Amino acid sequence: MTKVSSVAALEQLIKEKSVNRTADKKYISVCGGTGCLAGGGNAVIDALSKELTNQNMDIEVVRTGCHGFCERGPLVVIHPEGTFYNRVKPADVPDILEKTIKNGEVIKKLLYRDENKVEYEKEKDVPFYKHQMRVVFENNGHIDPEKIEDYFARGGYKALAKVLGGISPDDVVDLVLKSGLRGRGGGGFPTGVKWKSCRKATGGPKYVLCNADEGDPGAFMDRSIMEGNPHSVIEGMLIGAYAIGSTEGYIYIRNEYPLAVHRVKVALEQAREYGLLGENILGTGFSFDIKINRGGGAFICGESTALMMSIEGKVGRPRPKYIHTVESGLWDKPTNLNNVETWANVPHIIEKGVEWYTSIGTGDVSNDPWGGSKGTKIFSLVGKVNNTGLVEVPMGITLRDIIYKIGGGIKNAKKGRTFKAIQTGGPSGGCIPEKFLDEPVDFDGLTKLGSMMGSGGMIVMDDMTCMVEVARYFVDFLKDESCGKCTPCREGLRQMSDILNRITKGEGRDNDIDTLYELGRVMEDSALCALGQTAAYPVLSTVKYFREEYEQHIKDGYCAGKQCTSLIRYTIDPEKCTGCSICAKKCPTKAISGELKKTYTIDQDTCVRCGVCFDVCNFNAVIIPSGSEIREKLGE
Amino acid sequence: MDAAKLDSIIDGYNGDETAILAILQDIQAEFNYLPKEAMKRVAEKLNVPFSRVSALATFFAAFALNPRGKHIVTVCMGTACHVRGAPRVLEEIERDLKIKSGENTPDMAFTIETVNCVGACALGPLVIVNGNYHGNLTTSEVTGMIDQYRGQ
Repeated sequence: MTKVSSVAALEQLIKEKSVNRTADKKYISVCGGTGCLAGGGNAVIDALSKELTNQNMDIEVVRTGCHGFCERGPLVVIHPEGTFYNRVKPADVPDILEKTIKNGEVIKKLLYRDENKVEYEKEKDVPFYKHQMRVVFENNGHIDPEKIEDYFARGGYKALAKVLGGISPDDVVDLVLKSGLRGRGGGGFPTGVKWKSCRKATGGPKYVLCNADEGDPGAFMDRSIMEGNPHSVIEGMLIGAYAIGSTEGYIYIRNEYPLAVHRVKVALEQAREYGLLGENILGTGFSFDIKINRGGGAFICGESTALMMSIEGKVGRPRPKYIHTVESGLWDKPTNLNNVETWANVPHIIEKGVEWYTSIGTGDVSNDPWGGSKGTKIFSLVGKVNNTGLVEVPMGITLRDIIYKIGGGIKNAKKGRTFKAIQTGGPSGGCIPEKFLDEPVDFDGLTKLGSMMGSGGMIVMDDMTCMVEVARYFVDFLKDESCGKCTPCREGLRQMSDILNRITKGEGRDNDIDTLYELGRVMEDSALCALGQTAAYPVLSTVKYFREEYEQHIKDGYCAGKQCTSLIRYTIDPEKCTGCSICAKKCPTKAISGELKKTYTIDQDTCVRCGVCFDVCNFNAVIIPSGSEIREKLGE
Repeated sequence: MDAAKLDSIIDGYNGDETAILAILQDIQAEFNYLPKEAMKRVAEKLNVPFSRVSALATFFAAFALNPRGKHIVTVCMGTACHVRGAPRVLEEIERDLKIKSGENTPDMAFTIETVNCVGACALGPLVIVNGNYHGNLTTSEVTGMIDQYRGQ
């Protein structure tokens, strides 16, 4: 292929390629995201390609990026009708070709059925998708991420052509500023303000970085964007570099994401081949190129200054930020760092305009970039909810809509499970209880509730989740990930961890809650970086909303979520046990004995409290006493 | 340790000392862990103190400083996996293989490791063995999953 030599030539190229994805074009898209591949997606793609060749059928099979509905993979969508098949196996392929492709017949058994057994034929009608607003993810279901031509076909790089074709760098900065775009990586800092400061900063070269070190456990939207539409990130960075006046960029990706690393690498090579990266792009005199850096499994490297240290080949520890990175960042040069999702928003803002972008979301950003939250946000909806996956929604939607309309409600609700809390914002976020489910979700709303937007993890927790244990989990996570540079974070987390571990073992003391609170406040005031400053949020928010659970643990040795193994026992209710023996068969330590069709019993000395018996029992006969119930039921 | 292979990995980065992290990642991918001799060679060839290489190797969780087993069982301990029972799955794997996380079986067939999140949260609890993803695992499925790799 030859390099595109001018803006007009790029526009022409996009026009030519767009015939491959017209609204009436027939093609089969198969999800090639990590979730679906784990469920056997590649085998489905291979079977489809093979069968199409055998039958001499001229229909394109597109191995796309993530469609978001990972729970139901592998996913197959037949265009242009939009027929949606879930949990597809290679054996289903001949049927799909024969019935659906040739005869337009829908195969019932491959259709998605919701928790009330309602069937859905089209992708757009499935509740999981219906209530979403897909902007950044729009192309994920249509393009092969390893083919730049597919991105062109969906209008990709049009925004770049528009910018290089005659918008001045200052005007680009102004557009982003007016759009109200705020950082999707967690901070919510207005992107335009950052760009403006970096553009104004003196000295050079200037660097443009992409933070793809998505370390928040439970969040994977950046992974899906890079795996599904890497060019949208590259295009965003190109526009940013042009606006800021940068010639060199870096994408810092976690090494735990091998597929994302691979796809970004391929995308960069293809963009270079077309001359969209490199010297004198489109003959405009603007030059820019991007290198990839792989992270090494350190959560702290998602922090801006730590990330820059790591790119420099040093240990990733943050530094104080009284000197802003936009003035002195990577190699002490002006540096602009944005997150993957933020970059992927940029081409849409340029292409569709500020007015369109600000019509989505909350607040008013016309005079103040902090005045609201505009555009969409991708959340990873996971945990104890029926439809798990990635959801893109307009800012301002309620938590209830996300959990119940899109998520389909609480998993195993029929077995009696109920909603307890939703944890947002990653390890430093907070747990939000039921009473706030109707609050709008945006940067400022979540902060008001004592949580945060963070990178967009949403972990739904049911009544069988122990909030003290959740706080312990996050604190232990952060204790391990603290870089150790500043004392409040390093020592504060260690003390908190000791206290929380004691409480979950039933060894809590009367003043523990006060001590936790005090430690949290000191860390908030005095830690060096955001990791330490916010590390106590999971504790502070659970103490605030679920204080009674802490008190029950400390005073009565009672764990309401039945998760703290030192405080619970598993036992069998003789009234309900039918003697089916499944628990005895599944018990890994052979702690359950009895006779078929009679009551089984659990030997407490051999039981390791793994919970298998509870999970496998179909008659709710396994019960979990805790605290004083143990004394009453087992006489211990 | 294949010294020529090692040198070719290091030389691939043209003496760029900012690339130490990438070099160490490539070495681990080749040798399955970071041998101390290899780290010394990196320091020597890039002309940086050994302490700098060792600081990086010990700071980042992805590096193993001791030899690992043939099959690496990586248990995701991310939040989504955690609330769906990852700790129990890990305990069950530890019971099954009779080793703790971070250890090798005596025959060097298996190593258990944990990772903070692999971003496949909808499939939790999730275990990766040699790059193969095993999603929605229950404790009762652990032995069957491990058996697929036994004797291979």
